[in-house]
Amino acid sequence: MRNIFLFIRRYFTFIAFVLLQVFALWMLFKFNKLHHAAFLGVANEVTGTVNTQVDKLDDYFHQGEENQRVHRMNDSLLNLLQSNFTKTDTAQRLVTDSVMVDTVKGVRRYLWRDAKVVYNTVNSDKNYLQINRGSKFGIRDDMAVLNSDGAVVGYVINVSPNFSSVMSLLHVQSSVSASLKKTGDAGTIEWDGKDPRFVLLRGIAKSVEVKTGDTVLTSRYSYNFPADKMIGTVAQISSDPASGFYNLRIRTAVNFRNIQQVFVVENLQREEQLQLSRDTEKKVEQQKKPNR
Amino acid sequence: MSDLVKNIFRLAVFILVQVYVLNKIPFLHRFIVPYLYFLFVLWLPFSVSRLGLLLVGFLAGLTLDYFTTTPGLHAAACVLIAYARPFIINLLIPKDTAEFNYREPSPRAMGWAPYSLYIFVLTLLHHTYLIMLEWLDFGTFLDFLIKVLATTGISLLLIFTTELLFPRKIKFRTNTA
Repeated sequence: MRNIFLFIRRYFTFIAFVLLQVFALWMLFKFNKLHHAAFLGVANEVTGTVNTQVDKLDDYFHQGEENQRVHRMNDSLLNLLQSNFTKTDTAQRLVTDSVMVDTVKGVRRYLWRDAKVVYNTVNSDKNYLQINRGSKFGIRDDMAVLNSDGAVVGYVINVSPNFSSVMSLLHVQSSVSASLKKTGDAGTIEWDGKDPRFVLLRGIAKSVEVKTGDTVLTSRYSYNFPADKMIGTVAQISSDPASGFYNLRIRTAVNFRNIQQVFVVENLQREEQLQLSRDTEKKVEQQKKPNR
Repeated sequence: MSDLVKNIFRLAVFILVQVYVLNKIPFLHRFIVPYLYFLFVLWLPFSVSRLGLLLVGFLAGLTLDYFTTTPGLHAAACVLIAYARPFIINLLIPKDTAEFNYREPSPRAMGWAPYSLYIFVLTLLHHTYLIMLEWLDFGTFLDFLIKVLATTGISLLLIFTTELLFPRKIKFRTNTA
């Protein structure tokens, strides 16, 4: 017994070192796999306040550029106004609409919320953004994040009351479904951790005709992202000799270095869609059994 | 200023510079990540006990981890260099001169050559471990090697620039202090 105590006293520093290492590695492997970690929630609140202050200063350096972008966006929206168009139909007549719901507009599917980026990096192979909206503002996990031009930035992976963490497209674990504008073929956007100006589009068959400069949009099949939002343009085409697929390098439409304002887009029917797909699976499973 | 206050202040400055300047500078190359914050651990006074070094190192790493949302990554690397630090110092300097005359490691306390070696070994250790942990998740072995070398190079450059720009006042350990 005495020897044990002596041993512990002798190697106390080493034991403390091992314990701290184990604790640090445990955190690393546990929390990096699970994005819903409480750690990140707390970190968000603590670092978020500091980040907001620094970002206030940083804003002054980008105001002109950001203003121009917002102005262009406004311009494109103003052009869509009804008052810009004259009706050429001469057979119009006035009717009183008795339906309470506006049937022309339809049911709202996507809700857009504005947010401001308070922290952002591109230097790591796992890049996150922090935005100044959290669960208090209705932000939840897996919501899409688009920049002020409506191009894809990433998606929310973790929220705290006042802030959220966004996994940028420039994250080696990020995966977003995308499609070519011209042909509609769907693939997946990933990042190889190399150059922050380019991402990769995988899963496009070699039979599809692709040219450099082709536009890549978000897929229509995504639960998170609204359809047909810009991701980027094809910059380089190479084909993978081992499989029947292309390796396409995509120049991102977003300049990840200077994102200031973003939109967080909520798919209001996401739960319904997920529920349906879960139910379908269950139903198919149940139908299988009696047949055997 | 007491050592405690000075080091708390220093930690805050190192973390802020790392998070808001070095992590945000325009992308140079995927192999180059400028790290400077761990210089805090290397600058801690000689008088801190080994256990104290480990705890302070862990805290410093964890603080940076909060900002970079990588819990445990930098903490693990900092604990490693905090553990290795006393061994390297014992190897490099004769005990009766520097450790009794100066408060913390600096070029003047140790001489440029031993100090450079001290910095180099611990920087290499820190980056090797840090990048190995990142590499476990993603990447190839060649990438890992190049990244360790490139990042160590840029860190040494930053450290020596810091050393030249902010020469710390020589602190003699006297009876009155």
